[in-house]
Amino acid sequence: MLQKLRRRVTGATIAMWIIGFAILAVVVYGAVSTLLSAQYSPSTWVDLIIFGLAQGSVYALIALGYTMVYGILRMINFAHGEVFMAGAFVGYFIATAFDKSGFLERYFIVAQLLIFAGAMTVSATIAVLLERIAYRPLRRAPRLVPLITAIGASFFLQYSFRGFFGSGVKGYPEPEQLKGTITFLGISILKTQALVIVAAIVMLIALYTLVQRTKTGRAMQAVSEDKDAAALMGIDVDRIIVITFLVGGALAGAAGVLFSTLFRQVFFLTGFIPGLKAFTAAVLGGIGNVAGAMVGGLFLGIAESLFPNLVLDGLGIPAPYQLKDALAFLLLVLVLIFRPTGILGERLATKKA
Amino acid sequence: MTASSVSVPLAARSGNRWSPVIKIGLLGGIVAIYLALVGILTALANRMIVTGVISLGQIILLSVFILFGYTAAQRAAAKQAKAPVAWCLLSGAITGLIISLFLSALVVIAPAINLRSIFINASPELFELLTFGLGVPTGLFVLMGVGVVVGALSAGLFLLPDRLRRSVGMGLVAIPIVSILNTSLFAGRGIDVAQAVAVFIAATVITYFWQPARAAANQRMSALPTKQQRILATTAYIILGIGVLALPLLGPYPAEILDTVGLYILMGLGLNIVVGFAGLLDLGYVAFFALGAYTIGILTSPEIQWLGVQLSWWQALPFAVLVGTLAGVLLGIPVLQMRGDYLAIVTLGFGEIIRLIFLSDWLKPLVGGSNGITRIPRAIQLGDDARFSDQQVLFYVILAGILVAAFIATRLKYSRMGRNWAALREDEDVAQAMGINLVRTKLMAFATGAGLSALSGAIFASKLTSVYPHSFNLLVSINILAVIIVGGLGSIPGVIVGALVLVGLPELLREFAEYRLLVYGAVLVFMMLKRPEGLLPEARRKLELHEMDEA
Repeated sequence: MLQKLRRRVTGATIAMWIIGFAILAVVVYGAVSTLLSAQYSPSTWVDLIIFGLAQGSVYALIALGYTMVYGILRMINFAHGEVFMAGAFVGYFIATAFDKSGFLERYFIVAQLLIFAGAMTVSATIAVLLERIAYRPLRRAPRLVPLITAIGASFFLQYSFRGFFGSGVKGYPEPEQLKGTITFLGISILKTQALVIVAAIVMLIALYTLVQRTKTGRAMQAVSEDKDAAALMGIDVDRIIVITFLVGGALAGAAGVLFSTLFRQVFFLTGFIPGLKAFTAAVLGGIGNVAGAMVGGLFLGIAESLFPNLVLDGLGIPAPYQLKDALAFLLLVLVLIFRPTGILGERLATKKA
Repeated sequence: MTASSVSVPLAARSGNRWSPVIKIGLLGGIVAIYLALVGILTALANRMIVTGVISLGQIILLSVFILFGYTAAQRAAAKQAKAPVAWCLLSGAITGLIISLFLSALVVIAPAINLRSIFINASPELFELLTFGLGVPTGLFVLMGVGVVVGALSAGLFLLPDRLRRSVGMGLVAIPIVSILNTSLFAGRGIDVAQAVAVFIAATVITYFWQPARAAANQRMSALPTKQQRILATTAYIILGIGVLALPLLGPYPAEILDTVGLYILMGLGLNIVVGFAGLLDLGYVAFFALGAYTIGILTSPEIQWLGVQLSWWQALPFAVLVGTLAGVLLGIPVLQMRGDYLAIVTLGFGEIIRLIFLSDWLKPLVGGSNGITRIPRAIQLGDDARFSDQQVLFYVILAGILVAAFIATRLKYSRMGRNWAALREDEDVAQAMGINLVRTKLMAFATGAGLSALSGAIFASKLTSVYPHSFNLLVSINILAVIIVGGLGSIPGVIVGALVLVGLPELLREFAEYRLLVYGAVLVFMMLKRPEGLLPEARRKLELHEMDEA
């Protein structure tokens, strides 16, 4: 018995666990010392959590695209962040045009719907074209090949957008209706953040219904379970893959609009870091798992908004916000090492990957 | 179209004849519009290739016509076994016409709807370029005329016999290359018409007689006794070596380009071990480059005092390589379990973490934060009266590094470890079942690659005499990846070719800098789709990638 255990627990595993606990101890120490010093008021924490929720729901929307594609094709669509960026750009151009003509403020809801429709259409088109041109011919190639293609496509799109629209940062318009705060359950929330959270929830519910209740959704599940068996059951696998890219792209487009509403700036590298973070969110929740992507997105959003103040401040690190992005990547690495299944997922990182 | 083809078979047949040509034309039109709006045409419009006659921007425009006209002719010929010459020429001309119609539409419509408020490159300069500076009605007719003529001519190129076609193609390509080299390296201003014609004829003739001449020479070589063959080969290598050693004598500016290319070759050789030999896609490769550079900075710069030592560059070099190698092992341990995509993302995360930490205020007292570290000594410090520039001398340091790296890579490739890597790359589970120690094999790949990356980082620090966090972003990793993929994964000469093509050419074309990553992205996709084994493929890899084709 003991021998069996000793064979399973190697030196490397023990070292990993020690590192894990050390990190955990540092995090707890930082959090406790920040809380004890009481330098932030409770309302600051609430604000941070709400901001985290808003940001996290954007991550969740992008993460869905990663997760659905991964579920079906077992590949990381590295260019998904750029599909999201395209949505942000289209949203920006429509919103600016509406803003100039006054349409944005006079018919606020119609204008928002049109912005979403435009961004989602363009993003979905790009995602489908990407699949058709770059990924489909490589479906049977060695695994490294489609991944490198995806990286290439990502840079191609990024720098095409830079060529088309310039490298400057563009300010997203803010209509009168989104200024100020609303009070909900006694908590005052910035209107932009409220819009982002509500829109994301609507979209997530719509997607959940699509996947769980419709025939197409069930076909998607079947294809992700076993492509060949699904084909034998009369499912047009190619069509389902296109639909997956279409839906994922549309969600990313919507996320692009929400992201620019939240941060009010758009430029050609907009998609890169949020894309990576959304991927982190997908892994956090368990890649290939639709509900997991939502949970992972929200978790990452909140962690990222709380962590610098909560932990790094307590550790006495100056300007903790600079390390916000490093945190997301660290979280990704840690999750993949200690719990590759993610919060809700099955073990994929080593098995099927 | 499908509906009509079902009901009217006759129309379908004629549709079959026309539709591929029109499809290619439409595709060409979209590509041309893309190039115009992305700004590549206008950015290169001031780079004269043949002085006063044609600019590089126009050449790129023309090459769209040539490429698609040629493809149209090819398709037309493939569709009908005995395609008449006239039909091939006609399809080329039609393709050219469609492309120029697209561009004309852009010229007419764009100003009317103020396209420039969205696409910043829909500028008057672009329209001037597209209409050859002749204004709207006249210029558009000229554009269409050019489209038809160039399309038909490129279809004609397709109809030429094989050998002649290759030579003429080579001659056409030679003109811009010679002109760019002339402008960039020797501060000339393009070449004039007579020179262009001379270059064209020379390149065509040389290519035309090259193949048979080489075949004859090879035959004569193999007829010689082995000993003499070896002497000949050695002589050739010595001449090549002297040529390489003499390269920096071209001047300070060419030497600087050579240094950059050399650093990429060095890094490429290291990444090639990780990705090419062992099949571990490492996107955080720049982290080790940064660690090497920063180790040099910390150990040698008088600005950094906390360590209490101040070494010369050569004394610090072993430490830089050591730090890089150790970091390779340390970062390798947690990712031992991961494969493929996950490995790529996690290493990418590592790279970003390292950069963000160097950039943050947290470690500013230790590594300088966003101000970086300056006053790093050069590897070879020249006196004030030196006849050569620092960059020229640095070339020899880089060359030494490349030789060491190439030696290590070659020896490892054919060692037991190299075979283990190949097995690992092909199938991890089978490799393990065959008794290969996965942990040691993977860590060895990470460590060797990281050590070479740190070595190039150290040289890089000495080249700039400073290090800044922003030099170490993800794009460097992507550049190196592109270099080794274009050259051919796992192929050592491929790395050199890849670096020359992807790093050397853009360095010569400064205006092009903005579009460099765009082209890298497109090249990565294109290579993966059409030629995944790279330009100079490694034999085994080619077999791996094409075993599907035969099945």
